[in-house]
Amino acid sequence: MSLHPNPLQFAAGLTRGAPLPSRRHEAWKYSDLLRVLRELPPGSPAAEPSGQGPFAGLADLALVFVNGRGPEAATLGGVTAVRFISDATGTAHESRLRLRVPEGVSATLLESYEGHGSAYFANTLLEIALEPGARLERIVLADEPETAVSVSTADVRLSTGASYAQTVLTSGARLQRLETHVRHPGAGAAVRLDGVYVLAGARHADLTTAVDHEGETGTTSQLTKGAVRDTARGVFQGRITVRKGADGTDARMGHHALILSDRAEVDAKPELEIWADDVSCAHGNTVGSLDQDALFYARARGMDEATAKALLTEAFLGEVLDRMEHDGARELARAWLQERLQ
Amino acid sequence: MLSIANLQVSVADTPILRGLSLDVPAGEVHAIMGPNGAGKSTLGYALAGRPGYEPTGGSATLDGEDLLELDPNERAAAGLFLSFQYPLEIPGVPALTFVRTALNAQRRAQGLPESSAPEFLKAARAAAGQLKIDFDMLKRPLNVGFSGGEKKRMEVLQMALLQPRFLILDETDSGLDIDALRVVADGVNALRSPDRSMLVITHYQRLLDYIVPDRVHVLAAGRIVASGGPELAHTLEAEGYDRIVGEAA
Ligand SMILES: Nc1ncnc2c1ncn2[C@@H]1O[C@H](COP(=O)(O)OP(=O)(O)O)[C@@H](O)[C@H]1O
Ligand SMILES: [Mg+2]
Repeated sequence: MSLHPNPLQFAAGLTRGAPLPSRRHEAWKYSDLLRVLRELPPGSPAAEPSGQGPFAGLADLALVFVNGRGPEAATLGGVTAVRFISDATGTAHESRLRLRVPEGVSATLLESYEGHGSAYFANTLLEIALEPGARLERIVLADEPETAVSVSTADVRLSTGASYAQTVLTSGARLQRLETHVRHPGAGAAVRLDGVYVLAGARHADLTTAVDHEGETGTTSQLTKGAVRDTARGVFQGRITVRKGADGTDARMGHHALILSDRAEVDAKPELEIWADDVSCAHGNTVGSLDQDALFYARARGMDEATAKALLTEAFLGEVLDRMEHDGARELARAWLQERLQ
Repeated sequence: MLSIANLQVSVADTPILRGLSLDVPAGEVHAIMGPNGAGKSTLGYALAGRPGYEPTGGSATLDGEDLLELDPNERAAAGLFLSFQYPLEIPGVPALTFVRTALNAQRRAQGLPESSAPEFLKAARAAAGQLKIDFDMLKRPLNVGFSGGEKKRMEVLQMALLQPRFLILDETDSGLDIDALRVVADGVNALRSPDRSMLVITHYQRLLDYIVPDRVHVLAAGRIVASGGPELAHTLEAEGYDRIVGEAA
């Protein structure tokens, strides 16, 4: 997967007339943007925000974008909600936000992608900087219409001793890509990069990550799990690069998916690129169906097939939610998951 | 209650049960004994509706209802419970969640209101106490990392909470030491009632000293080859299966 060396510059091009990537681009071969968009739609009009968003009540502060219009930058501390609302039909918009976590500060970011209307193209660019010793837990919940096309690109830069944890939860869209780049300086910095996708109908979600270990003794722990049914398609592309000199790096990547119907599909591309010495790196990738014996056991105890499948799938995906730190968001994620599995 | 007539079951196109007939009237406990590979577990699975255990002839009814036509969960809702010889591990699902989900699915199928959380927890606490199961164990994923004996106790706990009308216990005694066997047998005996019947599958007579059956049947090569009272279990224990199976062959 050859991702662009400057991810935000590439992402900006998507709404500024650059050629749209298609399956001919290696990094986009499972998520053909050109096929679903053909050409860039006209700009979205201004609109008013609606509702309180999924994280209502959990945040001290909410930053709200509607059709690309919102604040330019913010400094994080405490719990901040960022709502990217699309209220558009057949139009396109770009949202761009710069976030900073100051030295030594711990913060939580609750980021939601909310869609009204249909067939819009939302392009979201986030620049997130963690200063030395800063901590950030970023929780992303993306629920968009089945006709929407949505690409979100985050460029995360960590300073020494910073800690960054991320959990992305998505139900997909016509085509949805949530891409995260992390520049990892090593030197005691720690990264957790998790994701859950639950896809039904003809939805498509693409979780793409790239972690770049540039310095010694950094850690990355990555776990993505998904479940797809009907004709849905899940894509996981994960790359961890350990640069020359990033000795003593400890990086683990896991991607595990359940395919719940004959016509659903999962494409996974885990990659480790190691140029350093004395590193401890591992990746695991499995794509399979539910354990038929466990399914029969549950049914023999009285669960109808749908209930048994939902229970076992929830348990499978729940492992990722257990790793979330923010209690309120974790409970919300559980409820979201249960609803998506019904 | 349970009536099986000339039942034939194939596994992977190989006939395993070859015309098995058996009647267990309401309130009775019948034991099925037989050598390894006789088809005892196959009988339990076929009655419970396990995929791959294909009935090719004969019938099995519970209070007149054709079991073989029903989905596994419909059989459970009709009151059938199979205690597995090898209970499955269910990663990520706490035992309490698993049983409550099963109970409420059965209730919905029966047109009954769901069990409330406090009501269910109270029943679970009582059942765990009786079976000497540490209640905290019920908060752990079902059977994951449990010992063989703990898994069997969890099976009996599930019976106690689901209150089935017809129980099949497949080697529920295996893996239990004598103290655990007593606890499990007490749990099973507590479920004996005039409107509940049981089929106790076992390899050894030992269990039948604690769960005393009304009738004992010998299953060999896919058929019932002998039936008798509880004393038949002792005869088998003393003489082995060879004579009785040999005579039938
Ligand atoms: N899943 C299976 N696949 C293939 N053969 C099986 C399977 N289950 C049972 N059998 C065969 O069916 C016969 C009866 O097995 P089983 O019912 O487990 O016997 P028992 O419980 O009496 O020891 C054996 O010959 C066994 O090998
Ligand atoms: Mg057996």
